[in-house]
Amino acid sequence: MSYRPSELRLQREAARHRASRRSTLIAVGSTLLIGIVLTVGITGAPGFDRVRQSFFSAHYARTSFPHVLSGLWLNLRVMVIAEIFVLIFGLLIALARTSKSPVLYPVRLLATFYTDTFRGLPLLLVLYLVGFGVAGLQISWIPNSAVILGTISLILTYTAYVAEVIRAGIEAVNPAQRMAARALGLSQVQTQLHVVLPQALRKVTPPLLNDLVSLQKDSGLISVLGAIDAIRAAGIETAQSFNFTPYVVAGALFVLLTIPLTRFTDWLTRKQDRARVQQGQW
Amino acid sequence: MAIPILEIRELRKSYGQELVLQDVSVTLAEHQVKVLIGASGSGKSTLLRCINLLEGIDDGQIVLDGRDITAIGTNADEVRSHVGSVFQSFNLFPHLTVLANITLAPRRVHGVSRKEAEEQALALLARFSLEDKAYQYPDLLSGGQQQRVAILRAVINRPKILLLDEVTSALDPILIAEVLALIAELKGEGMTMMIATHEMGFAEQVADQVLFLHKGLICESGSPSALLEDPQTRECKAFLDALRKAGRL
Repeated sequence: MSYRPSELRLQREAARHRASRRSTLIAVGSTLLIGIVLTVGITGAPGFDRVRQSFFSAHYARTSFPHVLSGLWLNLRVMVIAEIFVLIFGLLIALARTSKSPVLYPVRLLATFYTDTFRGLPLLLVLYLVGFGVAGLQISWIPNSAVILGTISLILTYTAYVAEVIRAGIEAVNPAQRMAARALGLSQVQTQLHVVLPQALRKVTPPLLNDLVSLQKDSGLISVLGAIDAIRAAGIETAQSFNFTPYVVAGALFVLLTIPLTRFTDWLTRKQDRARVQQGQW
Repeated sequence: MAIPILEIRELRKSYGQELVLQDVSVTLAEHQVKVLIGASGSGKSTLLRCINLLEGIDDGQIVLDGRDITAIGTNADEVRSHVGSVFQSFNLFPHLTVLANITLAPRRVHGVSRKEAEEQALALLARFSLEDKAYQYPDLLSGGQQQRVAILRAVINRPKILLLDEVTSALDPILIAEVLALIAELKGEGMTMMIATHEMGFAEQVADQVLFLHKGLICESGSPSALLEDPQTRECKAFLDALRKAGRL
């Protein structure tokens, strides 16, 4: 016998359809309203024309673009190199802090002191201390370049954050997993490597990527040491023209640079959430 | 009696002030299956956890295959590689496939090549009709399937003894049956086992001897039929009566 939807079902579906059409209409309406309020509010401001000329000038955007872009190439290299070192050092510090080996006791002590200090210190201060202080020591084998010292400052600051994120991941792995691995005869190190770390890193990938996005944009701060990155290049252009458009150009480029990673992070988080819902872990 | 595989001599263990095992002595011959019964907190799990060295002991000795594994300086990893352990909560590694779960210890601990380990694992899975699960992750398996995989993971290295700690307690009756069938088959193959369980019917079916633990003491022991039908001590009678009332016997 073929199925014929009941009157009740048809009514139910019609009601659902009406409700969904209604929410679409409301969403469109409220978007339009906010758009109009913002446009009128900003364009109607008394100084709007002057702001538009000094921040959104098409002419200055065109002329400064090549300089800012070549500055951004420096940011790109700095962030990639910093990210690699941050992940390696962060992992090592997290492992040291979660290990119980007596040999590593002094390392654990130092690591705790380090993460406490560098999570509290503003990055700008670290840049000054390393960029000017360390350079001032005039030790011959320490490079005196703003780019290198700036990158080291970024690595110092972000390693502290990343180490804490990874440590949280390691501690979130169920102790029964470690016990099961040891019961199979796996050593401490094998257990960490094959059982604990793979699960820990999976758990903390979204917050880890979030820290990397933050590092990417903070790579612009090395400009305070005099490295000619995108922000510094924009500053040089602005000093010549007294027009701030180059900064807006630099800002837009930074956002473009971080969007792929932020989208990827969102996608990954959603995927993990879905997997958890399917496993009934809510 | 044949040469004992496992000899526990006057084992004493306490957590702080609380004495959990009081001079427990058990001997297990090769191919023998002993089942531990008793209320929760009677010391069954602790006894098993002492044998695979997950717990340190206070006094006494545990001799496995002629070697004192509680001697100072014993390599615990090496001992555990000869002792199979299965827990109530499966504890499969969720980031590894079923096949990778089973081959992890053979490859990393016993130095078997990947190819050889996988061939052995697939053969084992096939014998217990789990071959179609080899490349799946544990999350997708039923509880009974997960526990069967956990048992296979523990026996693939041919341990000298297999310890099963309430392996069916987290499962519903139908899934319990498939896990118990696997354990019965292992007994048929001559696996030496020490089993803590609440399944009296199963104890009767596989046990060569049943030990009743009460407050860290072996209160009574005997053949399954004798102990379950005609318990001698007041404590054991009370325990079995309570089970009967709950419809578990």
